[in-house]
Amino acid sequence: MKRIDAIKEITKILTDELVICTLGFPARELYDLKDRAENFYMLGSMGLASSISLGVCIAASNRRVICIDGDGSILMNLGSLTTIANVSPSNLCLIIIDNGTYGSTGDQKTYTSMKTRLDLIAKGAGFDSIEVVEREEDIVPILSRNIPGCRFIVIKVNPGNAPVENIPLHPEQIKERFMRSLG
Amino acid sequence: MDIDVLIYNTIKNSGVDLILSVPCAMLKGLLQVIEEKKEILHIPVTREEEAVGIAAGAYLGNRVPAILMQNSGLGNSINAIKSLLEIYKIPVTFIMSHRGAEGEQVIAQMPMGQATPPLLECINVKTYFIKAIKDVPVIKTAIHVCQESMQSVAILLTRSLWKVNK
Repeated sequence: MKRIDAIKEITKILTDELVICTLGFPARELYDLKDRAENFYMLGSMGLASSISLGVCIAASNRRVICIDGDGSILMNLGSLTTIANVSPSNLCLIIIDNGTYGSTGDQKTYTSMKTRLDLIAKGAGFDSIEVVEREEDIVPILSRNIPGCRFIVIKVNPGNAPVENIPLHPEQIKERFMRSLG
Repeated sequence: MDIDVLIYNTIKNSGVDLILSVPCAMLKGLLQVIEEKKEILHIPVTREEEAVGIAAGAYLGNRVPAILMQNSGLGNSINAIKSLLEIYKIPVTFIMSHRGAEGEQVIAQMPMGQATPPLLECINVKTYFIKAIKDVPVIKTAIHVCQESMQSVAILLTRSLWKVNK
């Protein structure tokens, strides 16, 4: 399974969920698979997907929020895990697609391909619900489970980007349609 | 009125309904007022750049966020101010204690203290200096300019504010 396969599985369960997706190939692959107004594609500010998601969770507490982050980017903002675990928004599902590399910059290894375990970091940060998914066919059943509270899910995938184009949307367009979708 | 209560009331009356904070000794009184009043949702964060992300997300859901921090944290926020707030036109108010300015005792604060105003100018963040009690209403102006222009602003709180009034 590669990242795009995992994202494809995630899109299968989407109804009105708000999705915040980290920049580079993850956002491009999501755009290619299933563009929708409820997707907020990051174009810069690497590392901040989980923080933006926390902000959306606070402001739209009646909506489910899915954050699609990567191992390289969450490693840039590990403090965010401690904030999220303590605020513990019940509407957040924080998904890390972990391919062990900085996929958008040439697949340089991240430390999750060596000794570092993101699920254990999440445990230490204070998350209650932590799951590690290694098989593609498990993604939909796990995401469909009705688990109350803030969830942290690591999906282990192989490195590799799909041949998808850049996102043609202007940042203000991404923002405005996302805000409209919140009603 | 106590200067911290005055600043707090001005922030609250400007419509701010979410405060993200990284502590500073100069801000301890203000942070205490925020915690005691419990009128504005307050989330302490681990790093200033993280606050920029949370503020941006909250703005997308129609909150009015402000970040309370020390100016030293501007250094780790600049990329997010430019490649998140600026490109999407997400307005966030930065309320900063201005360390490394007059009366500073900590040598490590000096370089960033002196660099803060030109850095803010360089990244096109309109900056307001609050140096005396008479300047406090400017905080409200700054927050309104931020919201209406859709551009982030910085409010620098000077040490003299507390020296004179406490």
